[in-house]
Amino acid sequence: MVLACSLSPAAAAPVPIDPSVLEAEQTMVEAIGRATPSTVAIFAGDSGGGSGVLLTRDGYAVTNFHVVQPAGVAMTCGLPDGHLYDAVLVGVDPTGDLALIKLLGRDEFPCAAVANSDGVEVGDACFTAGNPFLLGTDLQPSISVGIVSGVHRYQFPAGTILEYTDCLQVDAAINPGNSGGGLFDAEGRLIGINGRASFEKRGRVNVGVGYAISTNQVRHFMGVLRAGRICDHATLGATVATSADGRVVVSDILESSDAWRRGLRYDDEIVSLAGRAVRTGNAFKNVLGTLPAGWQVPVVIRSGGRRRELVVRLASVHSAADLKGLAAEPEPEGRRPDPTPRELPAAVRGLVEQRQGFANAHFNRVERDRVAASIAAARDAGPTGPWLLEGRLGTGEAFRIELTDHAATIDIPTGTSTLVTSDDFDRQPVPPGSGGLLPALVLWRRLVLEGPAALGHTIYWGTAPRDPTAFQVGTPSDMVDVLESSVSGVELHTFIDGSGRVVAVDLWTQPGTDPCEVRMAWAEGAPLGSLPTRIEARRGGDEFATFLIGPVPAEMGP
Amino acid sequence: MRHVAVRFLVAVVVVVAAVGLHADGPATPRQVAASAARHVVKIYGAGGVRGLEAYQSGIILSPDGRIATVMSTVLDADDIECVLDDGRRFAATLVGVDPRRELAVLSIEATDLPACDVEAGRAGPGTRAMAISNLFGVAVGDERASVQRGVIAAVVPLEARRGAAEAPYAGDVYVLDFTTNNPGSPGGALVDARGRLLGMLGKELRSTASGIWLNYALPADELVAGCQEIVSGRVATTTGPTAAPFDLRALGLVLVPDLLGRTPPFVETVVPGSPAEQAGLRPDDLVVAVGARAVASRHALEMAVGSIVAGDPVRIAVIRDGRVVDCELGPRPEEARP
Repeated sequence: MVLACSLSPAAAAPVPIDPSVLEAEQTMVEAIGRATPSTVAIFAGDSGGGSGVLLTRDGYAVTNFHVVQPAGVAMTCGLPDGHLYDAVLVGVDPTGDLALIKLLGRDEFPCAAVANSDGVEVGDACFTAGNPFLLGTDLQPSISVGIVSGVHRYQFPAGTILEYTDCLQVDAAINPGNSGGGLFDAEGRLIGINGRASFEKRGRVNVGVGYAISTNQVRHFMGVLRAGRICDHATLGATVATSADGRVVVSDILESSDAWRRGLRYDDEIVSLAGRAVRTGNAFKNVLGTLPAGWQVPVVIRSGGRRRELVVRLASVHSAADLKGLAAEPEPEGRRPDPTPRELPAAVRGLVEQRQGFANAHFNRVERDRVAASIAAARDAGPTGPWLLEGRLGTGEAFRIELTDHAATIDIPTGTSTLVTSDDFDRQPVPPGSGGLLPALVLWRRLVLEGPAALGHTIYWGTAPRDPTAFQVGTPSDMVDVLESSVSGVELHTFIDGSGRVVAVDLWTQPGTDPCEVRMAWAEGAPLGSLPTRIEARRGGDEFATFLIGPVPAEMGP
Repeated sequence: MRHVAVRFLVAVVVVVAAVGLHADGPATPRQVAASAARHVVKIYGAGGVRGLEAYQSGIILSPDGRIATVMSTVLDADDIECVLDDGRRFAATLVGVDPRRELAVLSIEATDLPACDVEAGRAGPGTRAMAISNLFGVAVGDERASVQRGVIAAVVPLEARRGAAEAPYAGDVYVLDFTTNNPGSPGGALVDARGRLLGMLGKELRSTASGIWLNYALPADELVAGCQEIVSGRVATTTGPTAAPFDLRALGLVLVPDLLGRTPPFVETVVPGSPAEQAGLRPDDLVVAVGARAVASRHALEMAVGSIVAGDPVRIAVIRDGRVVDCELGPRPEEARP
């Protein structure tokens, strides 16, 4: 009856609406339309579920660790196209509350456009798309609109995991089930992954205060997640405190840390970390929390009134054993864990490999094979047999390096050193003072000519900035693939660029010490497969030698 | 001295309204958020026990350091600290409180502060608004207070909630359609789309009947009127930082010291010849109700008595030897200061 009255002609007189209002509405509708297709509804049976966002055409989607943790390695995902897809767990980051899954059963998936989350400001319009309260049984996402309430927020961890650093705070509704879904800007570009909200006394419903992991943090972790690993977060090996005059100073530091070896000491001021100025303890934790363990980042300090620029290798927050425990599926409360493993869906079988330290080692194999193929493709045109590198050092003197399958020799002004491959490399850290330049070069050649399979036990580690000295949080940087190998008594990281060139090697003859760092560079336009034109060798922040490779001019000959 | 301050407050209202952000046409939400957040301070004081936060929000009212906030247990501290938007920290003193509007004015030793631009008129339902506050204590140091957006849903007397929600204020409030009144939000700014101050976010208020939380703000005209009354000394005013909202000594009642946040309101002594003595109150009586309102703590008792309009009778129920005894103390005194 009431409805009938409201439909009478008198009540239906058109209400004048400002065209700008209609236009703004249309813009929002279009933005939501762009964001919707990549929104994933995750269903994990009795274990609940959540949301996710597709990031690549081949089906990789990001979600929260706390969504996949109870779900296990296989889950069912719905897309707004109305279809259900099997999905398999790829990698997890318990500390940062991120997880990577791969949707299966389609050649090409829709994926979200990703924006730089450091461009977001307070007051910007935003919206969430996801599966709150698991309402999306029709597979259509729920949308909540709001504004950005805060940027660069810090939210304390639960124990040592689920720490939200440098996150976005929004008043768009984030409720249970929205976890893992996308936060989008006014143009429908992804700026964050929703995962947390302040609830407190009103129960688990949104009170206008939700938090999203920044897309920049996601970008930093994509490589290590694709590796199928249980990823860890970074520590500088030092804790900081804010001094009375508003400086961030080192309050404690581990003498076993790389930061200590680079010269960081008690009471030193941290001026900037990874390119961002640090003025509060939160700002320090914000930068650190977006970075994977193992990366090298620039740190500017003020020590005894003197400004110094360091490059520090970040250590892991957790031990390997702790990390495994954190990532484990929680035991169901009140009933005994089911001793029989769950039957995996047919589509997922063959894509799962359980191995120590991995969420799913199958995907480590996939990435290692991809890098191997890339190295092989770059090799084709290159030299085989013994490699001879000749030229001048940066200091002007001549050098000669010969690398073969069985031995290696280096001639530099300080002497001649030889390495034999039949003996373990950790006993041959030659030439003296280099920390193992010759073993690094021999293994570099072996990787280029024979691939990762020839480097003993090798895993795909993930990605890292190509040039750590220039790395800045918030600015997209050139990333390279990293392989981690254990061979002939040494550990090494090898860095492979997008064209398949092996551009750098870090080699440890002893764990917990400074590695020998070797960096290769090629002249502009040098053909793929050619030997580098410049090799830098460093150890512990000090240059060992720079090798400029090329014909030695006659007038400068020895 | 007080009169100067009053005139100054009025001057802020008029002058700033003329030269505000809106003079240059519409501003983007980014600009409004950034500009309005400069007027909001983070306030730290007493609390930290379950359900009672040790932090809230405040609004800079004058360039020389007058800050408006909500009267609450946070201010029951010897050391009240204000952190400005730029991260500067100041020790604050309590200038005074308006128990009826549950309003307090703080003062910090500073000059050239970004005082806010007050919208003198009432906003109507449907007005777009932003709320800026220290909710959940998310922001610390120079991190900007949290910004939320919504509309004013209604302008109604809070009295409509009496009985359902405990609040002494019975005038109009802006009821908001977004969840603004969170822990730490009280004292935050409600601004319009041009960044002008529409009101101040109230305390967390929950209907005891329905369990529903109310999101509301005290309109700017009430805020300014209350602040002027506090500064001019027309309401209960104290000079010390540990001021109670209403001084029970005016009734001749001395309670046991408020050592804990929830000290039961036991009578310590009764001043000879006072209304309390004449009403038959005795040491060791436990006050359980003021009028129809149950009081479980000394703080609740002060709030309850403070909300009685001056001149109205004060009725107190106490427990003595296991029995409830009603006492009539006569009219509440006009001037509560000692």
